[in-house]
Amino acid sequence: MSEEQTRLAQAKIELAQHNPWDELRAHTSARIALGRVGCSLPTREVLKFGLAHAQARDAVHRPLDFSELKHQLKGEGFRTLQVHSNAEDRQTYLLRPDYGRHLHDDCRAHLLHELAAPELVIVIADGLSSIAVQRHALPLLLAFRQRFDTDWANTPVVLAEQGRVAIGDGIAVALRARLVIVLIGERPGLTSPDSLGLYLTYQPQVGSMDSQRNCISNVRPEGLPYALAAHKLDYLTRAALRLQLSGVTLKDDSNLQAVAQLPT
Amino acid sequence: MPYQTTVGAMLYRFADLKTLLAKASPARSGDYLAGLAAATYEERMAAKLALADVPLQTFLNEALIPYESDEVTRLIVDRHDKQAFALISHLTVGDLRDWLLLDTTDSSILAAVAAGITPEMAAAVSKLMRNQDLILVARKCRVVSAFRNTLGLPGHLSVRLQPNHPTDDVRGIAASLLDGLLYGAGDATVGINPASDSLPTLMRLWQMMDEVRQHFEIPMQSCVLTHVTTQIQAIEAGAPIDLVFQSIAGSEKTNSSFGVSLSILREAHEAALSLKRGTVGDNCMYFETGQGSALSAGGHFGLDQQTCEARAYAVAREFKPLLVNTVVGFIGPEYLYDGKQIIRAGLEDHFCAKLLGLPMGCDVCYTNHAEADQDDMDSLLTLLGAAGINFIMGIPGADDIMLNYQSTSFHDALYLRSVLGLKRAPEFDAWLTRMAITEPCGKLREIGRGHHLLQQLPHVSGAA
Repeated sequence: MSEEQTRLAQAKIELAQHNPWDELRAHTSARIALGRVGCSLPTREVLKFGLAHAQARDAVHRPLDFSELKHQLKGEGFRTLQVHSNAEDRQTYLLRPDYGRHLHDDCRAHLLHELAAPELVIVIADGLSSIAVQRHALPLLLAFRQRFDTDWANTPVVLAEQGRVAIGDGIAVALRARLVIVLIGERPGLTSPDSLGLYLTYQPQVGSMDSQRNCISNVRPEGLPYALAAHKLDYLTRAALRLQLSGVTLKDDSNLQAVAQLPT
Repeated sequence: MPYQTTVGAMLYRFADLKTLLAKASPARSGDYLAGLAAATYEERMAAKLALADVPLQTFLNEALIPYESDEVTRLIVDRHDKQAFALISHLTVGDLRDWLLLDTTDSSILAAVAAGITPEMAAAVSKLMRNQDLILVARKCRVVSAFRNTLGLPGHLSVRLQPNHPTDDVRGIAASLLDGLLYGAGDATVGINPASDSLPTLMRLWQMMDEVRQHFEIPMQSCVLTHVTTQIQAIEAGAPIDLVFQSIAGSEKTNSSFGVSLSILREAHEAALSLKRGTVGDNCMYFETGQGSALSAGGHFGLDQQTCEARAYAVAREFKPLLVNTVVGFIGPEYLYDGKQIIRAGLEDHFCAKLLGLPMGCDVCYTNHAEADQDDMDSLLTLLGAAGINFIMGIPGADDIMLNYQSTSFHDALYLRSVLGLKRAPEFDAWLTRMAITEPCGKLREIGRGHHLLQQLPHVSGAA
């Protein structure tokens, strides 16, 4: 490199003004100390942000690979079924949340002919992040199966396409389940495109209110790890079955138990 | 009373005033979701044509939600100032648009008629206005509010610093707060959306912000955006609360779904006033609103979402707030589908609020399931800057890691200042200069490792 080129390369590094408080990033994942060019973001930060947004957009719009997930679940010995909501495509799903909450009539008819659920039904819905479901639904379910004792061989795991949380109600009614657990992709954020949400409803009815559900949010290794999420879910499921209720009147006191003693 | 208009051979009928307003609304997903939107482009224009001929007086005679069953309607009717209305009482909705755009209708005239304009009149006229009309008229409206600094002066723009953290970690929040102050943001307020609603956690947040403010003598006001009843409790427990926050909406039923009523808001307002913490003014309320919240709570009563939104401003107006913020794109694509709808709604909300005399700001924002991106936000930000918006949000890198949506960054505010020559609140501006964060002209200085704030803030906040 010539002297002139070296000089230019050095000048280039200094185009962006650095913020000398980047060590504070240890305390937060917020985008602090980004530096600036004039008053604007440096190119590197604009591109980083763009990439995170692209990943979050893909999480919403990339269809969940249901056949792959079904194959994996079967491999682990789960009894699987597949249904879809009244939302026929993603655009309809986004515009009409009410369609995503309703089990399609053909699917309901189909479920009515299936063997009834022994106790629970597990519903896995794509929701707003297919990535969350693809990555975390099976590991979470395996961690839960390890803890919670039920007739797992006959417990239906229902894959719901273009589904929102309330689609679990119609599924549970059709399969005569006492309790439904919905695993669903949550609204993706830039720093968390793959958050899985867990919703538990005791004796669900079509039209059950959100206040009748318990929610465990942000399930992913960087958020609430599988073991802890499964522990909370196990706690809530047992309590719901014992007390015969769920929702605001059912408190998650699982933290009071010795979490440190959990199997991983 | 039914309304009708003829387009060619086609007769369009609209059953009542709220139907007419809904059909005249620019297209947006929330009104389709509610089943209220016009079925065709022509029907929408027919509704606008019919709406243009409706005398403003009609809005005083025909309540959209019954007076007997809704306290927001009662507030609108009971507080209507007939003297202020006199100047425009002979006009139709179409005339009102023309009148607003006249050169002779200036800031002082607009301020004088504000109390005579009802939210429904503001919503109605906005439906006949193009984006440039909404900008031009809003720009003429001047709404100044004050607490420890003065907001909304002509040629000024303020920023709410929003240093959220997913677990309310004080060190994490202090890091974002420091980042924002060093970027010259925070004059509107430093407002934290907490993840927790436990009083001890919230107390720590109020105390931390107050310690920082006092130590560095910052002319600013802080706020924790938790439920208003929790803030009343905290005031009783001695929390150093500057601004009391609450989300509000345009019907009693929707407000009740938020767990608030006018009497609860009155109690909160009185509690905040009793602390006498403001130094240059006593506007101590901070309200947030947003199109779609009424439908979401089943409290829209057949009104389109923009009219519901405007009615929320009647609630805000009652309490002389420091800040009102429409969180325009937060609610999701089922209410505002894409950049075009979000931009339109942001301009409508700002216009209606300013016309009604409110210190309006906007959370220029979107979620990842909406058809929008940072380019759309740049457009709305620039348009609102031109329209004279009082304040915007400042979030590190525009990415809210607690609420999972994208808003505007500290850098975005600097961009808007640079393009439009907008200044910060004068008291805050002087502080930034004193602290060697900005040049006297308002430009950021280079911050060295040894800067006073950088050295001391982590210790003062208990975050070191």
